[in-house]
Amino acid sequence: MFFLQDAPANTLNYMIAGYIVIFGVMLLYWISLSVRRRNLKQDLEILEDLEKKS
Amino acid sequence: MQTKPRWLTVLDIITISLLIAATGMVFFYAPTEAVMGQVQKVFYFHVAAGWVGMLAFLVAAISGVVYLVKGNRKWDIVGLSAIEIGIVFAFINIVTGSIWARPIWNTWWTWDPRLTTATVMELIYAAYLMLRQGIEDPDRRARFGAVYAIIGFLSVPLTFFSARLFRTIHPVVIGANEAGAQGQFDMTPLMLQTFMFSLFTFSIIFADLLWHRIRVGQLAEKVEQLRLKMVD
Repeated sequence: MFFLQDAPANTLNYMIAGYIVIFGVMLLYWISLSVRRRNLKQDLEILEDLEKKS
Repeated sequence: MQTKPRWLTVLDIITISLLIAATGMVFFYAPTEAVMGQVQKVFYFHVAAGWVGMLAFLVAAISGVVYLVKGNRKWDIVGLSAIEIGIVFAFINIVTGSIWARPIWNTWWTWDPRLTTATVMELIYAAYLMLRQGIEDPDRRARFGAVYAIIGFLSVPLTFFSARLFRTIHPVVIGANEAGAQGQFDMTPLMLQTFMFSLFTFSIIFADLLWHRIRVGQLAEKVEQLRLKMVD
């Protein structure tokens, strides 16, 4: 089918979907790292406080 | 409490700048492919994500060897961090490949050797994360992780060479002119420059994310040690 065409195929929607996945997944991973880091910092503070008290 | 190193901030800025530049090159510098049209632009980051996945699994295997030799748990953190990032990027690689395949191969998925080996590789490393969580003793967990990362790495060359070893519809990009390469993928100089720049950019993204993930791992290690200390 592609070999008979004069102009490139209209595949813009697939390209947009591809880049949404690329940037979306990278952004989600970045957010996940930030959230985990923040939660661990809070855990560490609580544990250090408990250790001081005991 | 850890403070963010200045060099990590510098690396963050470099990484974001490179990503913006690479995205600009993909959309405004590289020409649109004559047959496939716009979807071919997925190629630059699709391959780069696959490259990061494989690079990350290599780093994890090397960290596994170093851990087994030296016994220092910081190498377990490096290995775990690399595998987690590898899984994320291998996932991007598989999903974008599927999106690219739909208009070109007329299917979202086919059990082609390259696609199958890439999926098996992803599942092997996903299992690593799940199995690790079942081991409570940190030293045992680290030993298990090291051995698993080394054995699991066998899936990486198998995936990389599958497009050469088996009959496949997936094109060979690196070394397309080698004997045994099944597909052809001819790039114009502008496409090649964009491709190489994307590979470089994603390598830097990997280094940046790895540093961040290692810091999270170090923090998690501190929390775990404190918890164990309080239980004792």
